[in-house]
Amino acid sequence: MAKIYDLQNVKRVYESRTVVDIDTLEIEDGEILAIVGPSGAGKSTLLRLLNFLEYADSGLIRYKGQEVNAQLPLDFRRQVTTVFQRPALLQGSVEENVVYGLRLRGKKNGKGEVLEVITRMGLEKLRRARARTLSGGEAQRVALARAVVVRPAVLLLDEPTANLDPYNISLIEEVVREINRVQKTTIVLVTHNVFQAKRMAHRIALMLSGKIVELSRTQDFFDHPRDPRTRAFANGEMIY
Amino acid sequence: MQQLLDGILEGLRLLFTGDAVLWEIIYLSGRISGIALVISAVLGIPFGAFLGLARFRGRRLVQAIVYTGMGLPPVVVGLAVYLLLSRSGILGHLNWSWIPQLFTVPAMIVAQVIIATPLVVGYTMAAVSEVNPDLRIQVRSLGATPLQITLAVLCEARLGIIVALVGGLGSIISEVGAVMMVGGNIEGSTRVLTTAIMLETRRGNLDLAIGLGMVLLLLAFLINFGVTQLQGKGN
Ligand SMILES: Nc1ncnc2c1ncn2[C@@H]1O[C@H](COP(=O)(O)OP(=O)(O)OP(=O)(O)O)[C@@H](O)[C@H]1O
Ligand SMILES: [Mg+2]
Repeated sequence: MAKIYDLQNVKRVYESRTVVDIDTLEIEDGEILAIVGPSGAGKSTLLRLLNFLEYADSGLIRYKGQEVNAQLPLDFRRQVTTVFQRPALLQGSVEENVVYGLRLRGKKNGKGEVLEVITRMGLEKLRRARARTLSGGEAQRVALARAVVVRPAVLLLDEPTANLDPYNISLIEEVVREINRVQKTTIVLVTHNVFQAKRMAHRIALMLSGKIVELSRTQDFFDHPRDPRTRAFANGEMIY
Repeated sequence: MQQLLDGILEGLRLLFTGDAVLWEIIYLSGRISGIALVISAVLGIPFGAFLGLARFRGRRLVQAIVYTGMGLPPVVVGLAVYLLLSRSGILGHLNWSWIPQLFTVPAMIVAQVIIATPLVVGYTMAAVSEVNPDLRIQVRSLGATPLQITLAVLCEARLGIIVALVGGLGSIISEVGAVMMVGGNIEGSTRVLTTAIMLETRRGNLDLAIGLGMVLLLLAFLINFGVTQLQGKGN
């Protein structure tokens, strides 16, 4: 498999504190990579780097061979999008939210795709509802619909199902797996939940204090961890 | 009391019989303040959005200047514009054709733009900085360019911006100091609602003054009613 991201010696420093410190990380095109780790490990910061929302203070990030910096061309930027833990929806209807990314790209005739995605998310009855009045699970489904409708090459998910009920969790997981399988979308999933990582991911990375201490295939992550801390984390023994 | 009642009745009569003088004044007031508002919006909304969104050194200083501008006494603005535009003033003595002359409609528009723009800037700034900062990151993540991000934020803040415009309009249509100073209250050319009310009261034409006053109140009410309607829709 070809790699879509390549990170070398990447550091991100906030107020003299290094919150991301990655020697090397390669993300394969078309994989589902889960990133687990305690609160404050730098997972969200890593996703912001991968989404070009901020830049490394040192080291090199390459996306499809392109060096990532403020000059990264717009058509590369638009291949990557994030669904955040707290969905930030725009004023207006569900449909207006979902169509937004297509509007930004100047696509006028996305009506069919929008409808298809809305239906896939079980939102057809809420199409004209005000997005700001939705429940947490509904809002998160809108956020996911809004992201997948632009057919990103990479979809970044930052604890997308935290605080959601089982119905919403399984629907979201199902859709994410499906777009990975059908559209070959690369997924990077940040989650607190090791079971979700196990259900979803091809590979899992454990992040501690900004560093990736283990990165292995999902099976190995649980069965043959190389780092003792991985075992502790997988068994839920790590205190965080 | 009787006088007030008579005044109100006479005012209503003038209004609804389409009294030419009264309607001319109403039209002129609306035109001057309307044009001034459009110019203030064009200048003030982008600048307000910039101040609300950008982080740069000296931002607080600029904000303090804007807040001061929001409380400028109209009569002082009138004085400043008067001094600038009078024949011996800095701009007036240049005699360039595009510089408005005193006691004309353009001079009044200039004064009202100076009064309304800080209001539009200040309210826009406040409205824009109240938009959830997560939304900017989200929109950027969805592929928005810097311009598209700004537009998205303005769109989210649109209610606050409408309120900004209405506040600006309210302040200039009802101010008297500046238009008196630079317009001169010339009948048929620079006489607007507020200066007419002053004049007619002084002349003892209380009926007309009250009629004009009612028009001003009615305008203010309609503007504010419109805003509350919009706010209702926003929620
Ligand atoms: N903008 C910022 N300025 C300063 N410090 C920050 C900023 N963003 C994050 N941090 C710090 O960087 C560290 C990593 O934060 P990050 O949000 O990436 O962690 P996380 O692994 O996503 O945690 P969680 O699981 O709680 O979401 C934290 O200690 C946080 O306080
Ligand atoms: Mg986080």
